[in-house]
Amino acid sequence: MSQFTIDQLQQLVKDAVARIEAAGDLTALESLRVEFLGKKGALTQLLKGLGKLPPDERREAGQHVNEAKQSLDAALKQRKVDLEQAALQQKLESERVDVTLPGRGVGRGGLHPVTRILQRIEEIFEFMGFEVAYGPEIEDDFHNFEALNIPANHPARAMHDTFYFPNNTLLRTHTSPVQIHVMKDREPPLSVIAPGRVYRCDSDLTHTPMFHQVEGFMVAEGITFTHLKGVLEDFLTHFFEKDLEVRFRPSYFPFTEPSAEVDIQCVMCAGKGCRVCSHTGWLEVLGCGMVHPKVMRAVEIDHQRYTGFAFGMGVERLAMLRYEVNDLRLFFENDISFLSQFS
Amino acid sequence: MKFSEVWLREWVNPEVGHEQLLQQLTMAGLEVEGVEVLGEGLDHVVVGRVDSIEPHPNADKLKVCSVDVGGDEKLQIVCGASNVTEGMRVPTALVGANLPNGLKIKKAKLRGVASSGMLCSTEELGLEESAEGLMPLPGDAPVGQPVVGYLALNDRVIELSITPNRGDCLSILGIAREVGVLNRLALKALDGKEVQPEIDDCVDIDVKQPQGCPRYLGRVIKGINPQAQTPLWMQERLRRCGLRPLHPVVDVTNYVLVELGQPMHAFDLAKLNQKIIVDMASEGEKAQLLDGREAKLDADMLTIRDADGVVALAGIMGGEESAVGDDTTDIFLECAFFDPDTIAGRARRLGMHTDSSQRFERGVDPDLAPLAMAYATRLLLDIVGGQVGPVSEAKSDEHMPQREAITLRRQRLDQVLGHHVSDQEVSEMFERLGMPAKFENQSWTLTAPGCRFDINLEEDLIEEVARIHGYANFPSERPQVRIAPPKKLETETTLSEIKQVVVDRDYHEVITYSFVDPDLQKHFDKEDKGIALLNPIASDMAVMRTSLWPGLLNTLMHNAKRQQKRIRLFEMGTVFEASDEGKRETLLLAGMAYGANVPEQWASAERAVDFFDVKGDVEALLALTAGAHEFEFAAAEHHALHPGMTAVIRHQGRDVGYVGALHPRLLKAVDAPEPVFVFQIEVASLATSKLPRFEPLSKFPAIRRDIALVIDEAQPVEALMSAIRASDDNWLRNLTLFDVYQGKGVDSGKKSVALGLTLQTTSSTLTDEDVDAWLDRVLAVVKAKFGATLRE
Repeated sequence: MSQFTIDQLQQLVKDAVARIEAAGDLTALESLRVEFLGKKGALTQLLKGLGKLPPDERREAGQHVNEAKQSLDAALKQRKVDLEQAALQQKLESERVDVTLPGRGVGRGGLHPVTRILQRIEEIFEFMGFEVAYGPEIEDDFHNFEALNIPANHPARAMHDTFYFPNNTLLRTHTSPVQIHVMKDREPPLSVIAPGRVYRCDSDLTHTPMFHQVEGFMVAEGITFTHLKGVLEDFLTHFFEKDLEVRFRPSYFPFTEPSAEVDIQCVMCAGKGCRVCSHTGWLEVLGCGMVHPKVMRAVEIDHQRYTGFAFGMGVERLAMLRYEVNDLRLFFENDISFLSQFS
Repeated sequence: MKFSEVWLREWVNPEVGHEQLLQQLTMAGLEVEGVEVLGEGLDHVVVGRVDSIEPHPNADKLKVCSVDVGGDEKLQIVCGASNVTEGMRVPTALVGANLPNGLKIKKAKLRGVASSGMLCSTEELGLEESAEGLMPLPGDAPVGQPVVGYLALNDRVIELSITPNRGDCLSILGIAREVGVLNRLALKALDGKEVQPEIDDCVDIDVKQPQGCPRYLGRVIKGINPQAQTPLWMQERLRRCGLRPLHPVVDVTNYVLVELGQPMHAFDLAKLNQKIIVDMASEGEKAQLLDGREAKLDADMLTIRDADGVVALAGIMGGEESAVGDDTTDIFLECAFFDPDTIAGRARRLGMHTDSSQRFERGVDPDLAPLAMAYATRLLLDIVGGQVGPVSEAKSDEHMPQREAITLRRQRLDQVLGHHVSDQEVSEMFERLGMPAKFENQSWTLTAPGCRFDINLEEDLIEEVARIHGYANFPSERPQVRIAPPKKLETETTLSEIKQVVVDRDYHEVITYSFVDPDLQKHFDKEDKGIALLNPIASDMAVMRTSLWPGLLNTLMHNAKRQQKRIRLFEMGTVFEASDEGKRETLLLAGMAYGANVPEQWASAERAVDFFDVKGDVEALLALTAGAHEFEFAAAEHHALHPGMTAVIRHQGRDVGYVGALHPRLLKAVDAPEPVFVFQIEVASLATSKLPRFEPLSKFPAIRRDIALVIDEAQPVEALMSAIRASDDNWLRNLTLFDVYQGKGVDSGKKSVALGLTLQTTSSTLTDEDVDAWLDRVLAVVKAKFGATLRE
């Protein structure tokens, strides 16, 4: 060690480490690396000078210089990690956002409440094995009336204020004609529901000239009145998600016999009596019955072999009960402040 | 049908309370629609007699009455009614009364004069909805007697909703029959005792239409007392059944109608010329009716005529000319059976609905007429007196309703009901219903009673069994069904799925009427293909829509007027067009957008919605079909759309819809805000998607080249891109348009179209030379076709 004593080497390492640890950024760190470990760096020069030492000294001196180099390498590496860590910290800090600000978005619309109810009705019946069928909205007298055992002049026609077109066509007054189409075209067993728009020439607080119905029927061998009760009770308790009382009472529809109106225990007051149920505790929600043999005959189905039931319900009425809507006309005003309550 | 419970219980009086009676009726199919309790709040109302009337010193319209109410002292009562007279008897509310309308009677001073009580009208007593003047009581009304007792007001008015098949229940007798069946009780016997004629006077009856009128009974009564009044008890009963007392003769016929269900009519004999003819009207013939209107008759309407013409519309309403009035002394009473089919629908066609037509349409017991005639005659003799002539009857046995025997099979009953009602119960039931049955060979055979026009078929008997057994007494069962998976194809897109896409793109679903204003529709449909309704409910709902846009635009305007600044609506619905094959219905989906492109928010700058926003929404729908490339957009013209912003949507070469901006001229004409962007597409074109089919993934890298092509500004870019796609043979993985530029560096009249091309094969790595060669070929094609040049 001609030029440097071991002490001097140790001093050099000590100074260098101190400077490395003080380096403020990666550039400063790099110039320190060059200063000590670069081609012309202090330690590199020392290593180069080792060759000139006598062989017995060379080994020991070499060992010292290598140790010094390792110390500097380690210091540089550590400092680099520290500096990078600090830089990352700083970057992260500068990127902090207010996570409570709302997200960027395009918004989302919504389905009409009548559609929501229709989809719910369809879903429940589809689970029960019914399929969905559609029919035309402009019908002829045969499908809307005659085939359903409502001949001309029948008093029941007075309950159907019908919109007419020339040539004896009309806007269907109920979805029951779909029953006729399906039964004419296909053979039992059939279990079908038919949702859709229907029209009656009537407009006041509780009537709109257009509304929605779901017609349903099941025709097969062995279908009975007790099945009608079971299927509709299941539907109503599922629809309202309540084990509510259901009551069948005799009524009249020309296309079913026996016929029934179905009342449920009032969902607003649990049957105690309120304004919605006119203080009776009951709400009329469905009409139904066993398919009339005259209807079966009109569609050429053997009514001795097959029996069936049919039912029909008003969708707006169910929507009003389910969502507590108090005015029918709101459904067709389509006010966004109304619609957005259902999205 | 409104009726008095007391009257009903006179016919049959089961040992069931009021509530239970209502329950029985409803559950038997006679739905109780309402109940009115009479006599409530009338505790302190008594019969009073007005002894003297003095003018009120401070008010012209008021009078000061001295009223005897049976006490030691007479009451001084101030009264404003114009019909108050000295000596009249009138219901008098005493101090302390709390009337049904909420009025509390206290000692008061009216314009300075003390008044201790009130003279009442029927309205104030809760007997009628409205009334003019005091309720005059008969001269023999006992002064001081509480009116509840005097008017028999311990009663309830029950209102039933009678279904069209149960015409037999449109009477007290009919309802009593039902109540009797339900409670296993016999009815009071109907007293059909005939009155001995005192005179011979008759009117000839000539029934020219025995099919429409199989039975016609007539009787003359002469010398009735024109001053006679309808007794109070009868007035009261009629009132409770919703009929106003009119004239004693009319009141009697109405009373018989309500009690027995037999409509009758009384003519003023002096105004009938010679005889009665029952015949059809001639087409267009006119008739002056009782209600004051002139009806124009059709040839299928049955009339009652005399030698001069129509005197009544059979089974519907009498004529004005021959009606009984205050000076009538001789009458001709009609009591007939008209065939339901001959009456049905006629009144409705004339815009009428009468108590008579309601019953004849549904069927009146043909055997009732002689009984009703006898009953009415007795009532008339009691009330108006007179001399009775004999009953003349025209009857055609062959046209009387023929009741055929009906058979109910035991097996059929069980097949339909699914629950066994015992033989004995069924037989008993039929017995109670007045149609005793023979049970043989597992079948019942019976004949329906004359009043039951609804019982003709085996099914009608099944219904009776179910009804009388009680629907509630049938169990609820679940049908055995074969569990089969639904027949839904994987490639079938449901209507809900389609709607969901539009909802996700921020549209609200609306439901608008299928009929629209023809004036509005003209803006959308130049050819005016809309089908007009014969009887629209309003002039702005007169024609079937041919597009969903008119309804959407109305809704948009409704919302714009309610401070909505951003409106995005859609509807899925049917449109209707007259076509050669008749009326065509097409299910469409349409949307309409107005206002900002996104909801107001802090993180995105908003701008007005534009054509490409809405086109993007349509493309999202097309993506649902997984066959989006089968659709194409082309510049087009549409009557309702902005000529520069109209694209027709084609699917497999067929026009299936449009996207564009509503024409500013249209928006201005209807006073709608601007701009409004719309789309409309046939749902059928969206209903099928493609079944995915796997293609092997390439192991070789893809190469992307970006190019800018300069073409005429009028040249649609879609054609350019199609041409590029068409000239590829299976290298082009993706073609993206990332910029369209006009301005500095591009000649005017031209535009620069920047495209990103991604090329890849499944068999080798493409070299630069491969790509250059491919590109040269494609560039040559687009140059030849569109004059497209590469922008340096």
